[in-house]
Parts: sequence; structure tokens; C-alpha cells
Amino acid sequence: MADLKVALVGNPNTGKSTLFNLLTGLNQKIGNFPGITVDKKTGYCKLPSGKTAEIIDLPGTYSLYPKSKDERIVFQVLADERNNAHPDIIVLVADSTNLRRNLLLFSQVADLGKPMLLVLNMADMAKKEGISIDVDKLAERLGVQVVSISARKEEGIAQLKKAIAQTTTVATQNSSVETKDFAPKAIEEIKRKIGVDNDYYALQILHQHEHLTFFTAKEQEEIETIEVSNSFDTVKLQGEETVARYKHLSKVLNDVVTDTGAERKFILTDKIDAVLTHKIGGVIIFFFILFFIFNAIFSWSSVPMDMIEGGFATLTEWGHEYLPAGVLTDLLLDGVVAGLGGIIIFIPQIAVLFALISILEDTGYMARVTFMMDKVMRKFGLSGKSVVPMIGGIACAVPSIMSARNIENWKDRIITIMVTPLISCSARLPVYTLLISLVVPNEKVLGILNLQGLALMGMYLISIAAAILVALVFKFILKAKERSYFIMELPVYRMPRWKNVLFTMYEKSKAFVVEAGKVIIAISIILWVMSTYGPSQRFEAIDAKYNNIEATSTDSVQLASLERDRAAEKLENSYAGIVGKVIEPAIKPLGYDWKIGIALITSFAAREAFVGTMATIYSVEGAEDSEAGELRLRDKIAAAKDPKTGLPIFTIATAFSLMLFYAFAMQCMSTVAIVYRETKSWKWPVIQLVYMTVMAYVAALIAYQLINP
Amino acid sequence: MKLSQLSPGQKATIVSFTDAEMSVKLMEMGCLPGEVVEIERCAPLGCPIAIRVAGYQLCLRKSEAAVIVIQ
Repeated sequence: MADLKVALVGNPNTGKSTLFNLLTGLNQKIGNFPGITVDKKTGYCKLPSGKTAEIIDLPGTYSLYPKSKDERIVFQVLADERNNAHPDIIVLVADSTNLRRNLLLFSQVADLGKPMLLVLNMADMAKKEGISIDVDKLAERLGVQVVSISARKEEGIAQLKKAIAQTTTVATQNSSVETKDFAPKAIEEIKRKIGVDNDYYALQILHQHEHLTFFTAKEQEEIETIEVSNSFDTVKLQGEETVARYKHLSKVLNDVVTDTGAERKFILTDKIDAVLTHKIGGVIIFFFILFFIFNAIFSWSSVPMDMIEGGFATLTEWGHEYLPAGVLTDLLLDGVVAGLGGIIIFIPQIAVLFALISILEDTGYMARVTFMMDKVMRKFGLSGKSVVPMIGGIACAVPSIMSARNIENWKDRIITIMVTPLISCSARLPVYTLLISLVVPNEKVLGILNLQGLALMGMYLISIAAAILVALVFKFILKAKERSYFIMELPVYRMPRWKNVLFTMYEKSKAFVVEAGKVIIAISIILWVMSTYGPSQRFEAIDAKYNNIEATSTDSVQLASLERDRAAEKLENSYAGIVGKVIEPAIKPLGYDWKIGIALITSFAAREAFVGTMATIYSVEGAEDSEAGELRLRDKIAAAKDPKTGLPIFTIATAFSLMLFYAFAMQCMSTVAIVYRETKSWKWPVIQLVYMTVMAYVAALIAYQLINP
Repeated sequence: MKLSQLSPGQKATIVSFTDAEMSVKLMEMGCLPGEVVEIERCAPLGCPIAIRVAGYQLCLRKSEAAVIVIQ
């Protein structure tokens, strides 16, 4: 247990997360703030006093007046003493190279009257740019401890820990602006109503009570009444307060900051921007980088993925050999281990994608992508800020939809959330690769282009085109609730912080395994049970039939395939087979049989279950062969024939119809859940599920009917 | 004059804002009356624009730059 709680508060791009990682090391965990889905990063730090501090990283914000969902958390946590993230000490992290703007947030937070201290980060950069800060004078004027550090260079961390340990439990900061003057009567009434004595807290309550969940409906109504009776004008007062604070800060910073050449800060950035955001060159470079990311996801992860696959195959084989044979062993190996392998295999791709995305974000390039793409994206009802979630959608829609929180505008955000799951995610990749390898020859055209690679790229292009078209449709259907903001900071270019990159890779991979893992293992087990068991009468009848054949038949061919035929007939009559048969009429026009039907059902919760299901179905069918590598799976599927016509089931028409189905269908419970949590209503996930399913069915139907001769 | 009417390379001083809600956001990010702004560059399709103000770079849409009155 921690002795005290410390919250990190600061503007975006101030190196807050780097400092957080430095203070806590790997000793951190990610949870949720109660009731909302914003990531809550907490970790522990040993102080020189021997006490342990729990460090909480709050979302970056320019002011206590929130403009996005993430920013709302800051005041919610600072305002609510019952919130389990409510800190004893606030550490305000400021960028030394831009002190005035950073101190706006400081002065707001200081007026809440909590014990706090100020950290001036990026001291090394400020020095390089010729900015010098008189730390002692600043500390004296603000009335709090001021510590100058460089998180990137790991300088000043020991002093910071000492300062945290020394922070008194009574707030020492000097008052800044007379907050009471903004709305004297309303503030007085609020203070009496809710029993607080801090003027600024009362003013913030007037501004933000709608977002505070700890008030009862009756209290909310009373606050509303106070607002109305005093004709409290939120927007006007926020403006007045901001101006007053800057005025105060000019006085505070007089003689404290000497700037002998902040212009130098931009020389390098300007040169890089001239190339990277060039009207033509910049766009070409962007597409080149996108292509590089794609390529890296596939090529860099192929070796570890093969190793993981091989490892799990060996594990299963070993298990079947050494573990006592029986139902439990089968469940463990063919249900749990198979399901686990299906999840872990995605780790290399997710790690590579998030490493690259975090490098692009860390260097400042992602902000430029947003800048360049905004106008194009706006034509389709999206915003430049939608680019990041949509690129992230190539890996996984779940974190991408969470990252759409940065989009302040409601309509832009909803459209981004609605179309992101259409972008082909890494879970579709194994479906595509398996099906493409079945029907597209591994040949080269024009000497260099691999046909299979082209088919795969085609699937990705189709998914992006679909996302853009659907966004356009939503643009005309949805009514805008508020206006769209785009104002954002373009940070100077910097080298990526490699430690942060590693942290991101680790965090995202872990989140994926834990979140997706639960669903997939459950499905694997259910599927195994459903395909192993069936109505006992039918199973008894099958056993009786084959036992009879075994005892009486002399036909050697029939005897040789006896066990396989028995397993096939059992699968057909198992619960999974029965369900597959029930939906067969509906999927027949798409070119699927009941076995593919089973795969569709199991993929309903997680599409990555497709390959596993095919493996389970075909390995149940061929139970004689104990090894089930992908190559064998591919051969088995390719050899599958329609029992009535004797024609192969997996033709080009079926494969493409299936790929289109998987490209458009929402088969992902985690996405449905995250959309519900992010939009706080069932309306959006239901609309999404319906439109994607209809689109998938229609596209698959058209593809099959067109290609099938 | 409005900020949106300047072309890259031109400088001006912020005088006031024509939109109260946007002005809070702009001021929080450092665009205060009295500050000098410089248009740095336009995005490939002419919008948004990147500006330099109060020691850092901001980008905003032309429609947003239109609420900033300059001289």
C-alpha cells in the first residue's frame, strides 16, 4: 500500500509520460478511472524518506476547462475527494521552453488549494535554446517548490523525489487572481450549498458540474438554479479568467525567464517540415511510410510468428504423447492450448505496429499527418485526427477506437468509431492468408509482383475504400451536435524516446492478450465441446452402425477409412454440426457449406477463431493424424469436397466470397464492447453490427454469384 | 483583417476574436491579443494552416483562423 498519492498534471507534449516511466519503472499498471474508459496509469515510487508514493498519470490538458473526453478526467479526479485517484500532492509538469502557457494550467490547479509542486521539464532543451529560468525567484513568487529536470536525459529525478517527500500537507502556493470577482454571488451560493470554502473550486463547479458524477440529481438541479438566477455565462467567464491569469503570469515571469533566442528552437523543425509537409513530396513520403509500415508488419513478424506456431504445434504433439489420454487432455490441448496459440500468434504484429506508431507519434510526425490529411478526410465526414485511429485499425480496432477520444467533435468522432472496424485488422490477416494460399497461385506477374501479395493488398484497399464510402454515408445521415475544432499544437521534431517505444509495445501486446484472450479461450472451449458432443441418441446410433461394420465387414477399403468416416459423421451430428446445418440455407447462396457455417458462428465473437475452427473441424474429422500444422490444414481444406456433387468446396468464388464476408462483418465482441463503452449507448454498436453484417452478406453474395461459373 | 487572409511568411498582431467559445481555446493555447502571429505554411490542399505564435507552432483550419482579428 502506498503512503501517499501523487498525480502528474500537465500540458500535452511536456514529457509527462516519460517522467512517469522514470519514476515508476516497470512497476506500473493500467486500469480505468471508475465509470469511464480513459486509461488510468498508476505506478509506485520509493521516496528518499522511505515512504512509497503511488504515482497517477493524468491525461495531458491545456486547461482545467476540458475540450475532449480525456481532458475531463483531470478536473473530475482533482475535484472529487472520494475518487480513488484523488491525489494528496499534485506534481505539475511544465515545459521549460514554453513556460508562460504551461503556467496557465499551473495557476488554475494552484487555486484549487491542494498541496503541489512545479516541475520544469526539458531543462536541457531550454538551455540549448538560450532560455534561462531563475528557479529560486519563480519558487518564491509562486510559493511552491520548483524542481528543474530533464526526463529525457534522466537528470534531476532524485531532487524531484526529495521534493515530493518534502511537500507539506498544507498548501503553500500564493494566490494568483481573485477568482471570486468573476461571479461573486453565484460562488457564495455554491459554497454555502455544498459546504466548501475554496472560491475557485466553487467557480469550477459552476462551470463543470454537468460532468461531475458525484453530485446527486437534486444537487445538479440546485446548482443549475444558482447558475440561471445569477445569469452565469460560462463561455464569457472562461475567457475573462484566462485573460486575467495571463496578465498575472506576465508579472510572475518578469525577470524570471530570459530568452536569448527561442527562435533557434524552430530552425531544424522548419527545415524538416519544408520536406515532410511539402505539397507533393510530403504526400508521397506519407504513402511511402504507410507502405513501409505494412511491409514491416508482415515481414518483420513472420519469423517470430512461425516460431510461435511451431512451438504450439510441438507443445500439442508433446501433450498428446505424454499426457494421459482422455477427455480432459483433449479439452486442454485441442481447446485451451489451440485457442491460446491463436492469440499469442498476433503478438509480433501488434508489437511491430505499435512500435512504429509510437515512433511516429513521439517524433512529432503524426501531428503533421493529421495536418496534411485534414482537408481530404473532412470531405468524407472525418477529420485529420481520424487518420491515427484508422491507421491503427490495421492492427486492431479496439485500441484505435479508444484513441478516437482525441477527436473533440462528436460527429467526427462517431463517424471515425463507426468506420474504423471496417479497416482490415490483424485478426483478418490469417483468414486472408489461408484463403489466398488456397486459391491464388504463388506466381509472379510482370516479373516482380507476387500474385498472392497483390490479392492481399487488394483486400486491404477494398477495406479502406469501404470505410471511406461508409463515412460519406454517415456524413449525410448524422446531424452535427457541436462545431468541429481542429486547433492543435505541432510539436518540434525530436528523436523518439526508445524506452517509451518499448513500453508501448509491451503495454499494447499485454492489453491485447488479456482482453482478446478471455473471449477466444472461452470460444475455443465451447467450440470444442460443441463439436465433440451431440445428442446422445444420434451418437449411439452412429457408434452402433460403425461397430457393426467393423465386426461384420470384410471390405478392406471400407475398414481402412472406418474411423475417419465415423468421426466425420459424428461431427456432422454434433451440436456444432446441427447449428451449421440450420444456417446452411441462408449461407448457401454465398457458396458456403455447413462446415464453413460453423466457422461463421464461432467467428461471430472473434474473427480470429476462423482458422482455429477450420483446424478443429478438419482435425476432428481427421483425428487419425495427430499433427495439425497449417500446411496440413491447408491440404485438408483444399481436398474438401461437396459430398453430393463431388466438386471441391473451396473454389475461387467461395474463397473470395468468404474473404469479403470477413472483410466487412463485425465479427468481434471486443469491438462491440468498446464501442458501447466509448459511446455510452447500445445504439451505436447495434447500428454498426447491423450495417456491417448486411454489407458483408451482400458483398459476399455478389462476389460468389459473379465469380461462380 | 482576419488571420485567414494572410499568406505564408506574413506576420501580424492579434487584436481580438469574433467568436467567444473559440477564443477561450485559442487563448489557452497561447493566442492572446497582443501576440505576434506568423503564417508558417499551408497543408497540401491549402487548409489547415500552420502558424507560429507565443514560441510554438499551432495548426488550425482556415475557418478557425477567420475568428482571429489581426492588424
